[in-house]
Amino acid sequence: MTRLGMVIDTHKCVGCMDCVVACKTENGVPDGFCRDWINQRLEGEMPALRLTITSERCNHCDRPPCVSCCPTGASHVHDYGNVVLVDHDKCIGCKACLASCPYGARFIHPEGYADKCTFCIHRVEQGLEPACVAVCPTHSMYFGDLDDPESEVSRLIASRRHFVLKPDAGTRPRIFYLE
Amino acid sequence: MLELISTRANPMIDPAMHVWGWEIPVYLFLGGWVAGSMVLSGYLMRQGRKPGEPCVCNVLPWISLVLISLGMGALFLDLEHKLYVWRMYLTLQPASPMSWGGWILVLVYPALALAALLSVPDDLLGRWPGIARLAERLQAPAARNWLGIANILLGVGLGIYTGILLSSLGARPLWASAALGPLFLVSGLSTGAAFAHMIASNPREQVLLLRADNVFLAVELALIALFLIGLSTSSEVHAQAAGLLLGGPYTAPFWVLVVGMGIALPLAIQLLMSSHRIAHTIVAPLLVMAGGLALRFVIVSAGQYSHWITP
Repeated sequence: MTRLGMVIDTHKCVGCMDCVVACKTENGVPDGFCRDWINQRLEGEMPALRLTITSERCNHCDRPPCVSCCPTGASHVHDYGNVVLVDHDKCIGCKACLASCPYGARFIHPEGYADKCTFCIHRVEQGLEPACVAVCPTHSMYFGDLDDPESEVSRLIASRRHFVLKPDAGTRPRIFYLE
Repeated sequence: MLELISTRANPMIDPAMHVWGWEIPVYLFLGGWVAGSMVLSGYLMRQGRKPGEPCVCNVLPWISLVLISLGMGALFLDLEHKLYVWRMYLTLQPASPMSWGGWILVLVYPALALAALLSVPDDLLGRWPGIARLAERLQAPAARNWLGIANILLGVGLGIYTGILLSSLGARPLWASAALGPLFLVSGLSTGAAFAHMIASNPREQVLLLRADNVFLAVELALIALFLIGLSTSSEVHAQAAGLLLGGPYTAPFWVLVVGMGIALPLAIQLLMSSHRIAHTIVAPLLVMAGGLALRFVIVSAGQYSHWITP
């Protein structure tokens, strides 16, 4: 069974926002909204400062609270890759999924339905990478099947120190950040 | 030092989540009020009384039909994809309390309408023979009994699901409490009882409802205490969420409007009323109802503000 996930090397990411621009272009994300974004976290005291840049988006969780709370089944786990998607024609815009997401990954599209990252499933099903991964100029992003132990993402997770966002929220996110 | 910079600025999400405005607290309040009224009128409906003796259970279903319709109107206004609302009724999602709620509301209408039929005057019913026959059948003790039970069960379902709906949204730590369902149910019962004893014309019922409301208010205080103790003694993220009501930005509205003006003060007034030290006044029930509304506003707003603090 394919379980798609992403690995992002925080040592390579420079926060250039190419992934953000590529996503907006590829998916026609309306002005004033974003499906992915860059966070910069600066911590410590001078001179011992540590800067962590993370390219963030929907984590396509293994335990997605946005799916279980949806009253119409619009939010669902797609057959291919267990990707979490929204069926726009089933969404009533109740916003329960926005409230249930600890990552703030969803927004209401100006047309009224809940919207978010799809892992560019339309590209992935054609054998392509998600747009954000394809354009990354520092090659900091990796995409593949987490259930395949030979995949690049599985090998990176097995061999490098990594973290996920808000692990204590209990959602089991599928985007891993290499430290 | 910790400095966070984000390029995300999605409406309703940043800088703090605020997806639900006035519509949801108003719906939760009206739904709770109707739930309480259904439980109480269902109970009173099953009690025997002398012929011609007035019962508030003749009035409550009519008022509840109006209130629940207003509440559903508020709910509809909150939807962002309004024309697709019918999608709720093509499916039942067992894991989604919002889906249960949609179906409970569908069942609430006929239960209220049948209960309302019991109080339609005979001369008016004469115009519609079919409805008159139905009303006559409902007057039979067994039918009244079952209708009362249906109103009680649906009232409990309606009252409790609103709290479970919020507590199932785990990303909001303030709502992550099993006490929220019972709290919203008891708050609905106290709102319903307060309104019922305010309008009751039967002195025997008025005393019963007044005393019941005092019990509901006392239980509500206990549930609020459990809610806050449970969160405060839980993980850091939950303790911080409780801090919103215990020293944080929602402290004043919560303790002054909800606990003080909405529960403690009317409870004190109503205890004096029930021991006949002061005359019956509408001030106390109006305060209880305002407190129920304030509770929904504070919990919905503070809950949205609460979030996971880890990166």
